[in-house]
Amino acid sequence: MKIVTLVKQVADTYSERKLSDSDHTLDREGTEAVIDEINERAVEQALLLKEAAGDGEVVVVCMGPDRASDAIRKALSMGADSAVHLSDEAIHGSCAVQTARALTKLIGTVEGWDLVIAGNSASDGQVAAVPAMVADLLGVPALTWANELSVSGSTVTVKRETDDGVTHLSAELPAVVSVGEKSNEPRYPSFKGIMAAKKKPVNNLDLAGAGIDGSEVGLANALVSVTSSAPKPPKQAGEKVTDEGDGGAKIAEYLVGQKLI
Amino acid sequence: MAEVLVLVDHVDGEIKKTTYELLTAAKALGSPSAVVVGGAGAADKLADGLTEHGADKIYAAETDSTDFLAPEVAVLESLIGSAAGVLISASANGKEVAGRLAVRTGSGLLSDVVGVTGDGVQHSIFGGAYTAEAKANTEHPVITVRPGAIDIEASAGAGARESVEVPAASGRQATVTGREPIQGGSRPELTEATVIVSGGRGVGSAEDFTVVEGLADSLGAAVGASRAAVDSGYYPPQFQVGQTGKSVSPQLYIALGISGAIQHRAGMQTSKTIVAVNKDEEAPIFEVADFGIVGDLFKVAPQLQDEVTKRKG
Ligand SMILES: Cc1cc2nc3c(=O)[nH]c(=O)nc-3n(C[C@H](O)[C@H](O)[C@H](O)COP(=O)(O)OP(=O)(O)OC[C@H]3O[C@@H](n4cnc5c(N)ncnc54)[C@H](O)[C@@H]3O)c2cc1C
Repeated sequence: MKIVTLVKQVADTYSERKLSDSDHTLDREGTEAVIDEINERAVEQALLLKEAAGDGEVVVVCMGPDRASDAIRKALSMGADSAVHLSDEAIHGSCAVQTARALTKLIGTVEGWDLVIAGNSASDGQVAAVPAMVADLLGVPALTWANELSVSGSTVTVKRETDDGVTHLSAELPAVVSVGEKSNEPRYPSFKGIMAAKKKPVNNLDLAGAGIDGSEVGLANALVSVTSSAPKPPKQAGEKVTDEGDGGAKIAEYLVGQKLI
Repeated sequence: MAEVLVLVDHVDGEIKKTTYELLTAAKALGSPSAVVVGGAGAADKLADGLTEHGADKIYAAETDSTDFLAPEVAVLESLIGSAAGVLISASANGKEVAGRLAVRTGSGLLSDVVGVTGDGVQHSIFGGAYTAEAKANTEHPVITVRPGAIDIEASAGAGARESVEVPAASGRQATVTGREPIQGGSRPELTEATVIVSGGRGVGSAEDFTVVEGLADSLGAAVGASRAAVDSGYYPPQFQVGQTGKSVSPQLYIALGISGAIQHRAGMQTSKTIVAVNKDEEAPIFEVADFGIVGDLFKVAPQLQDEVTKRKG
């Protein structure tokens, strides 16, 4: 089985995230970059499937600036076999639809894949639908927010878990799956894995190499534009008292004062 | 006035409150048309509520298809041509329908907005640390609206009914083989609650979450949990608040035994009033708390519960 996993480099959620003043895109300079945690789960899921099948191949597909190669390395050191990386200045500021279209082209450079596995929701956006959008463009089924996943023969089944409850889904391969936060615990790369990753092939592409026209991506051609942005003043800390046996009563007093009870 | 499509969010014949929020938001853009995709008779049951909340038109698309979300996408695609825009709830399903619709129709996708005007939309991002305004550069943008962000205004619409076909799905689709809806229980929904009491790792066990629930029930509140509490098995995942859980903005948020990691704060720091109880006076939750008690939650929470009950009694 050949599995493509989509990997995104994001600003570490532990660091303070900022938008740039000039074009309202994420200010990457000011933040620590890491592989998005949910993508580690996508990679883990791919590796688990490959191990269960006894053979197969896991290809990492990533779109993002050069420094996203760190995220790719992490996935390769966990055990993925190879990677395709689209890095081009021109993709900066692409909107969700453009991103889905470009990822679809990029996935198209991988031959004969059976399954695409992605994270359900990136930590730095609010779209949470790119895997389904990619599936739609590829013309294959989307089985999203999977907290359990199995493949038997050419059928993939998932347990989709969201606020609306559990939905059991099944489809024939090839298909796109996105995994949820409770799908698995990603492994730590071993020392051997880290060493091996250095020798694994990474196909570095620019737009032309991926067969994407410049007019299809980038801030200037985006289907939506951010027109302004502003940081909100941080919340000020209020009163803090140490409990001396009357802590609960003190809170009640405060809530009464605020007309909350 | 151009019509604005609103995808009706409903489960088992019950309307979801977010639908009325969408109808309210749609009035800013044009004439609201509610689109009901569901089994036979689904629209009949919902029509009165939709009309009362401003639907000028109600499209009924009846289907018994087991294709996952494909009927919703196909119906909206067939109707979008004459619409000024499409509004969909920013739930997991809604976001997915919106994304698929946007790629098919080449529409700008504006996701998880908290406000809609004729000029564009408002976003609240990085857990409320930033606000941003955005607009679409295409015809009929597809917009998902964060549940709870819009205050419902009921003003009746014309409510004209029209049946529409569900076009056959293009491409292969995933099939729904079973559903297990969440048992809501008697407490309010997290994203709709005006008061939330959340517990963290400091609660220490699943059994002891009764302390959190007890206080919540005295206040008529929803119960939330930190990711550490969920991961430790103290409370089910759908109650997680934060970056990868729910974003909430109640009038009052009470955090018990939660340290206040940045990813937890991302989901609750826009709450109107925040109260924290933590035995570590250095805990970062106190940086966003309007009122904090440094102390043991097992002493403070039951006492607060007694005080609340006394005042009600
Ligand atoms: C990508 C990513 C996404 C994440 N998403 C989320 C998310 O959505 N939601 C989320 O919550 N976290 C999230 N996290 C995890 C987050 O970083 C923290 O690990 C988590 O919030 C900690 O939960 P906690 O405060 O309950 O536990 P801890 O940090 O362990 O804090 C427990 C607190 O309880 C206090 N305490 C202990 N006993 C008592 C007592 N008897 N009385 C009073 N206080 C007591 C302690 O002083 C301590 O401050 C995410 C992390 C990452 C990397």
